[in-house]
Amino acid sequence: MDGIHDLGGMQGFGEISMESEEPTFHEPWQATAFALMFASQVVVRSHNVDEYRHSIERMNPAHYLQADYYERVLTGTASLLVEKGHLSAEDLSARAGGAFPLSRPVAPSPMADLSPQLEPRFSVGDRVRVLTISPAGHVRAPKFCRGCVGTVLHRAPKFGFPDVAAHGGTRRKEHTYHVEFASQDLWPGEGSSKDSVVVDLWDSYLEAVNR
Amino acid sequence: MKKQEMASIEQRTQAVRDALLEQGLVTASDLDTFAHMPEDWKPENGAAVVARAWTDPDFRRRLLADATAACAELGYKGPQGEYIVALEDTPAQHNVIVCTQCSCTAWPVLGLPPDWYKSPEYRARVVREPRRVLKEMGLDLSPDIGVRVWETSAETRYMVIPLRPAGTEGFSEEALAALVSREALIGVAMASEPA
Repeated sequence: MDGIHDLGGMQGFGEISMESEEPTFHEPWQATAFALMFASQVVVRSHNVDEYRHSIERMNPAHYLQADYYERVLTGTASLLVEKGHLSAEDLSARAGGAFPLSRPVAPSPMADLSPQLEPRFSVGDRVRVLTISPAGHVRAPKFCRGCVGTVLHRAPKFGFPDVAAHGGTRRKEHTYHVEFASQDLWPGEGSSKDSVVVDLWDSYLEAVNR
Repeated sequence: MKKQEMASIEQRTQAVRDALLEQGLVTASDLDTFAHMPEDWKPENGAAVVARAWTDPDFRRRLLADATAACAELGYKGPQGEYIVALEDTPAQHNVIVCTQCSCTAWPVLGLPPDWYKSPEYRARVVREPRRVLKEMGLDLSPDIGVRVWETSAETRYMVIPLRPAGTEGFSEEALAALVSREALIGVAMASEPA
């Protein structure tokens, strides 16, 4: 989905604040939220990691931007536990003693119609274009590279295709490629000609570019 | 009707925990184990990998060819470390890592990511204006050096092998590892100069 999570290249954000000697968790609830996220996937087996990432993407955008990282972790996890029938929203709210904001529902037609690519179509050095898809569900081709042409630097092993893993359908694995885009192809007129962005992209997000 | 006020994050976390425990879907011991698991994942692990690569040419070759296996040789493996790729800086090319869509990181060698890495500011800006971001973070790169920004959009998890600082000839692996911060492993800092 073209959601608030797809932040790459978005303008208007300010300076990055760093903390020296930052602890892994600042507050005990953050460690609990992390543990609940992990346990929901590996013990309860309520949902998989792709569904989990998408549940965070479905948060109300204003809440998403204001929330601490572990608040997003908790919200995404709780939303799926409710959607999968393990917990009820009313019970959570009653226990918490106030409103418990959950993620918005999955879109009715969440997936782009992409042909499965079970055999690798590309090799190192190939020029490829990212398809200009904008499905309403989970997709891991960031907006900033869609429609752009880059060069394959490396072919990685096969991994589960996230769009179908997040939304049901026949699970499949495809190779991913480290595709290098010149920064000035992504944002013409900006930056340095020496700079590039490398995006890790599943085979079926790509098409060949004829030279 | 007045909108109900949002419960605090502490109360919301406790609500999910209590509900799962009461239903017997998880045990307190499960949650305790997972809450402490990140203690084994720390940037000191990645620093040890870098120090070994700086001192052992055979290990460096193995690391560049198959970082997952090379990190496992030192005992560093686990969730979010299933396919690690090491990015070696050169005098002409600097590497920096981001995950613009969530906050994916190579947990076994970098640890859980710091807040700045997960911030909308870093995720939005570093792909588009890396030099400005790096300069704000204290790393002012020469215009002659190319910057490659690695977006963690699929399952590859990256770590940067920074340049070995001058004046560290003969240093032990331990002394070298102490020069490599989490920020250097992500690529927003260089390895520290020796004191």
